Amino acid sequence: MSKKIAVKVDDLTVAYNYKPVLWDIDLEIPEGVLMAIVGPNGAGKSTLIKSILGILNPIAGSVEIFGKTYKKQRHLVAYVPQKGSVDWDFPTTALDVVLMGTYGNLGWIKRPGQKEKKAALEALEKVGMLPFKNRQISQLSGGQQQRIFLARALVQNASIYFMDEPFQGVDATTEIAIINILKELRKAGKTVIVVHHDLQTVPEYFDWVTFLNVKKIATGPVKDIFNDDNLTKTYGINYKVSIQE
Amino acid sequence: MLGSFAVLRKQSLLGDAISHAALPGIAIAFLITGTKDSNILLLGALISGLIGTFWIRGIITKTHLKSDTALGLILSLFFGFGMLLLTFIQKQPNANQAGLDKYLFGQAATLVESDVWMMAIVTGACLFVLLLFWKEFKILLFDADYTKTLGFNTKFIDVLITTFIVLAIVLGLQTVGVVLMSAMLLAPAAAARQWTNSLSVMVLLAALFGAFSGVFGTAISASQNNLSTGPVIVIIAGVFVLISFIFSPSRGLLFKQIRFIKNRRDLELKKTLAFMFHIAETHENISHPHTIKILNNFQGFTKGTLQKLVKKNYVRLDGTMWSLTEEGFKTASNLFNQQTDNNE
Repeated sequence: MSKKIAVKVDDLTVAYNYKPVLWDIDLEIPEGVLMAIVGPNGAGKSTLIKSILGILNPIAGSVEIFGKTYKKQRHLVAYVPQKGSVDWDFPTTALDVVLMGTYGNLGWIKRPGQKEKKAALEALEKVGMLPFKNRQISQLSGGQQQRIFLARALVQNASIYFMDEPFQGVDATTEIAIINILKELRKAGKTVIVVHHDLQTVPEYFDWVTFLNVKKIATGPVKDIFNDDNLTKTYGINYKVSIQE
Repeated sequence: MLGSFAVLRKQSLLGDAISHAALPGIAIAFLITGTKDSNILLLGALISGLIGTFWIRGIITKTHLKSDTALGLILSLFFGFGMLLLTFIQKQPNANQAGLDKYLFGQAATLVESDVWMMAIVTGACLFVLLLFWKEFKILLFDADYTKTLGFNTKFIDVLITTFIVLAIVLGLQTVGVVLMSAMLLAPAAAARQWTNSLSVMVLLAALFGAFSGVFGTAISASQNNLSTGPVIVIIAGVFVLISFIFSPSRGLLFKQIRFIKNRRDLELKKTLAFMFHIAETHENISHPHTIKILNNFQGFTKGTLQKLVKKNYVRLDGTMWSLTEEGFKTASNLFNQQTDNNE
């Protein structure tokens, strides 16, 4: 690949209480791909993302974003956590949550102003949630909450997007809406990394894939490595997925 | 005010633990200095409260224990130790010893002017920090992991919030006492949450509720001879919570029930109307009259619902015959669309 490397992970090892969750991961993600991370439950998919983002502390290993440490490049990276990771009964509105995406660039103490609000409204528009901007977040459906999270990341205007299961528990309409946004991001040259569960849709949605099960099984273009062999290695059972061309 | 944050962090019990943890601090401060100067005693309370809090944190992150276990452990450990010290102090041949137990249940009457000033200053400081770091507090409460990825030092924000909660608790100890302090912290916040969906309004309301309970509680206990202030304040705060649970327009039990009944009635009307619509549909003239009897097959029909439909001008009654009006027909044909729109 002649492309720039967006994310480079070296020898990353993470453990919870002595039990390794990720073991010696080496990973290079080229710029501009839409990549799925697949693997069984407990394979460390979310952990991988969280370690790259510095939410978890790895035992060993290093992470580089465009050739520099993550800390220096933080502003280039946006994160969409799992929907279930927050309390949606929190007293705030959809617009407020999206505005949180601007906090990083604002830094300490400064409040979001007109410029930030405009950006947030645009992001809401993009995910089709503008009519709900003043809605209390607990009154949004699961799919709408996911869109709000996506909008919050879009506001950050990053180069690399990490998303933890954005399709979990959303209906078909939302899933299509989200994947269209992701494809648009890729078109704009952004790198998008998605923890994904539905193997059937991998070839349709993504152009790059990483198989993960504590160790890295394989990584590369979907059309080259998304095959029964790698699936079997990752999931341990004889997994057959029909690949639609 | 700060209680709002404790409630939203689901660390409500933390307040209880901190206030109990503060007790040995008071006792030790007294043992070391031998004075009953409330500022020094409260400093001791602050230190041991903070130690307790960070031990709880430590236990949760370093071991497999759940947070409630850690809280319970620290709470009873510190409280036990504090009581031990208090009884030890009572045995001492020191005339000064009496009055320390006021920290157990609180005694607003013992407050002197300097105490009030102290409270005002600390409250001001809390308010200032709260306004300054409003944005940071809010995002940390909502989504801590995400806050980290934005480059904020979450540990710092966390310690800041916790420190101020501890500070608020320690100051309240003199008025309400160790045992009841957590109620003072949480009750206003819990009540406020019922009334609003906005964090800023919630914090404001909680402050108001807290202040009101304080003022009323003190007034009531002052007007009666044998009522101690702390419990009265807590009871007033409790009344606020009760009222909020029942009467809040969006979350309250009363309005929920009213809405439920109203919805059911609405639905009954709609059911009848829909049924009429299906009959009327089969005729070219929508206002073709039918006998009321054919509605009998249908369960939703009562004289009452018919009357209501007439009142809404959806249906005309003519002896034993009914017919849909133009308006009724339109409403009925839109019923199903509307329902799917309203379902969120």
